[in-house]
Amino acid sequence: MPIYLANRVFHALLVLLAVSFIVFFIMYKAGDPVELLLPPDATQKQVEDLRAHLGLDRPFHVQYAAFLRNALGGDVGRSYIYNQSALEVVLERLPATLELASAAMILAVALGIPLGMLASLRPRSWSSRFIMFFSLAGISVPTFWTGMILILVFAVQTGLLPSSGRADVGLFGSFFTLQGLRYLILPAATLCLFQLALVLRLTRSGMMEVLLQDYIKLARAKGLPERAVLMVHALKNTLIPVITIIGIQFGELIAYTIVTETIFAWPGTGKLIIDSIQNLDRPVVLAYLMTVAVIFVGINLVVDVVYTFVDPRVRVH
Amino acid sequence: MAVAGSAVLAMMILASVLAGWIAPQDPYDLAVLRLEDSFKPPGPPFLLGADSQGRDIFSAILYGLRVSLFVGLASTVLSLFMGVLAGLASGYFGRPLDTLVMRVADVQLSLPVFLIALVIMAVWGQGVLNIIVAISVANWVYYARTARGMVLAEKERDYVQAARAEGQSALSVMFTEIAPNIMAPVIVIATVRIANAILLEATLSFLGLGVPITRPSLGSLISRGYEVLFSGYWWMSVFPGVALMVLVLSINLMGDRLRDVLNPRLKR
Amino acid sequence: MSALLEVSDLRTWFRTRGGVVKAVDGVSFSIGGGEIFGLVGESGAGKSITGFSLVRLIDPPGRVESGRVLFDGRDVLAMGPRELRELRGDRVAMIFQDPQTSLNPVLGVRRQMAEALAYHGRGGGRRETERLCREALEEVRIPAPAERLRSYPHQLSGGMKQRVVIAMALLNHPALLVADEPTTALDVTIQAQVLLLMKRLCRDHGSSLLLVTHDIGVVSQMCDRVAVMYAGRIVEQGSRDQVLFDPLHPYTKGLIQCLPGLNESRARLYQIPGVMPSLLDLPQGCHFRDRCPLAGEDCRTYPEELEIDGRRVSCHRAK
Repeated sequence: MPIYLANRVFHALLVLLAVSFIVFFIMYKAGDPVELLLPPDATQKQVEDLRAHLGLDRPFHVQYAAFLRNALGGDVGRSYIYNQSALEVVLERLPATLELASAAMILAVALGIPLGMLASLRPRSWSSRFIMFFSLAGISVPTFWTGMILILVFAVQTGLLPSSGRADVGLFGSFFTLQGLRYLILPAATLCLFQLALVLRLTRSGMMEVLLQDYIKLARAKGLPERAVLMVHALKNTLIPVITIIGIQFGELIAYTIVTETIFAWPGTGKLIIDSIQNLDRPVVLAYLMTVAVIFVGINLVVDVVYTFVDPRVRVH
Repeated sequence: MAVAGSAVLAMMILASVLAGWIAPQDPYDLAVLRLEDSFKPPGPPFLLGADSQGRDIFSAILYGLRVSLFVGLASTVLSLFMGVLAGLASGYFGRPLDTLVMRVADVQLSLPVFLIALVIMAVWGQGVLNIIVAISVANWVYYARTARGMVLAEKERDYVQAARAEGQSALSVMFTEIAPNIMAPVIVIATVRIANAILLEATLSFLGLGVPITRPSLGSLISRGYEVLFSGYWWMSVFPGVALMVLVLSINLMGDRLRDVLNPRLKR
Repeated sequence: MSALLEVSDLRTWFRTRGGVVKAVDGVSFSIGGGEIFGLVGESGAGKSITGFSLVRLIDPPGRVESGRVLFDGRDVLAMGPRELRELRGDRVAMIFQDPQTSLNPVLGVRRQMAEALAYHGRGGGRRETERLCREALEEVRIPAPAERLRSYPHQLSGGMKQRVVIAMALLNHPALLVADEPTTALDVTIQAQVLLLMKRLCRDHGSSLLLVTHDIGVVSQMCDRVAVMYAGRIVEQGSRDQVLFDPLHPYTKGLIQCLPGLNESRARLYQIPGVMPSLLDLPQGCHFRDRCPLAGEDCRTYPEELEIDGRRVSCHRAK
């Protein structure tokens, strides 16, 4: 087991290195921020001075090496726009994003799995068909449009919920206060819709396949009540592949917070990245991409390890 | 249900192709627009209303549909092509090519598709070709992985050995013998991913990182409408949104049915 | 003495898009206490479905249409869900054909065995359950039973898995064991072992055994009484000696002729000409008509079941 773990960690680090390289390379090629930072009438000397000051005149590999060295120490450069360490800029806003993403994921799983199971039991019934149609619609609508419609209905027309922003409730506080929840619910619902539909469909198809298996039949032949057959025998087999997907999808979820945060003006890293891209604030973009890569790779790692605990067939004992 | 879906889809494709003839107005022709038409709500002659510059939303949707469909289809075909090629080569030739391709795929798979496409577009800038390539690059891995898996299995089969024994070159075997037999699951993936591709393009265009404003897709239209949504001009975003949803929904309906029919595991 | 199991006119049909498949169409037989009963026939004859129908383990589009299954005097087909659950796994236990798929891959052996006890109110407490399971595994001659209890199915070989399934079936000392081709999926070398094990266990526990198989050799080794099925119906049944050494029905005769004797040398293996008809397209009258060497005009009507010498047969020629 420790060998397996070490293997996965090594793999993860390799991936991070590769990502850092690609990201840095792209940013390097992306454009010259110096032009943006100086007024149009700046002299050539001023431009060159600034460039030298920012270290932008050195050759690529030197810049990359410096970048790596600093990155390992937690320094990915200084934001050109916010006079702060780029990493700080990102990390300040990260909790809000994580809050939103986890709320969405929890909703998606808490609703998706039971609904998927329900839809698998009597596939031809009206309720199943309705659930399936709804899930199909769920994966057919872009996140930003869901957000817009929700705002239109719940905020503008009926004034029930706020249309943007986040309650001033501190770290992860949105879960624990009523006010926090009021601001959280629309963006979380928007973000979770696609994932909910996905989890639902996966659970349903997995369940339907599992229920055809011999061991389910034997469980019934042993006289087990249907409840036990479903919840003990069928569910575990169904959920094992679903767990991997959920892990991967959490990464996509975090990526899609970019869209949701833009629509709901949620103060997270999503809005930050869009602005930073437009302003060519290279260090912040780098910091964001590296942070997000670490999170994704970390999630994948966790999922891999959890999987070995959950599926007895792949246990490395 | 699926039949209805295919019918709707066919209608939409037809409508987008014939946009030039059906559309009551050419939204790109600046000469036709009149500013006093701006923000007119749905009602004749503007079936679905007019936008901030007097453009007919209905016409804009028809043309936008064209762009959305084109980008979605082109990027799916391109990534399928790229992915299958990579998978074929990787599976057939083995190391070291296989290791290289799989490592690259691994790295790419650790990152969300959306983010990859976003970064590419952020760096490259708006453009129809750009977004097609960006989406293809973000998606090729899925095809490659499946193709490679299938190739590894097929490689050992008799008909491949026979072809090699006959003296057929590796390339020839790859393309004429193996490729046709691995296409089925690949097509299944494509049916899922084409809907994804369309939504991806819509999202990127919405953020201003997709198609250029001169060739707006449905996503761009929604984006334009979003700016004035809360001032009460809802038709500018809602209708293109509905069109997009109906488009993707009908693709998914068809795809679902297709997959159910092709899935061997649900048959007893 | 009334039989343990009495099946009367059992019909299990499958309503498919292509038509109604009458997999079991009017099957009647009975099994006494402590008896080993063989239900033999080609694949597709309906024998497995018959076995499953006894405890109503038929999935849609199949349905037990009509008939009576009297177990210990009570009609299984008329039981409510609670009664049925109490019957299954406790008074009637099943063993399936493929041990690779019979056990849930993500649950441990101990868990799966223990639940057979727990849901029937036996094995109070962890220690007691553990003991009962271990003893059951010992009975089926599994080496190192305590370790096996801690294993997962994928860690066991096919033969061992099947022994686990057998042990599991016997945990509650059922009166009737229904085994559907229990050794077909096993290596030839261990088939005999497992069969003899089952025979011994049934004798020891005093349980009856319904052995569903396509293999006449197995039947001749194991069974006290035999029924031969063809295309959804029983064509002949009686004691083993009667059916196998003095067959009355042409199909039975054909089946026995197919068996290559190990000590004979024959130029060619005998095969009954033709194939069993599709259950969607049965011939009018006797189902065996098209392949029967003795078929005649009267075979256009389905032969009544005759009782001769304490045995039953459905054939116009069986006089």
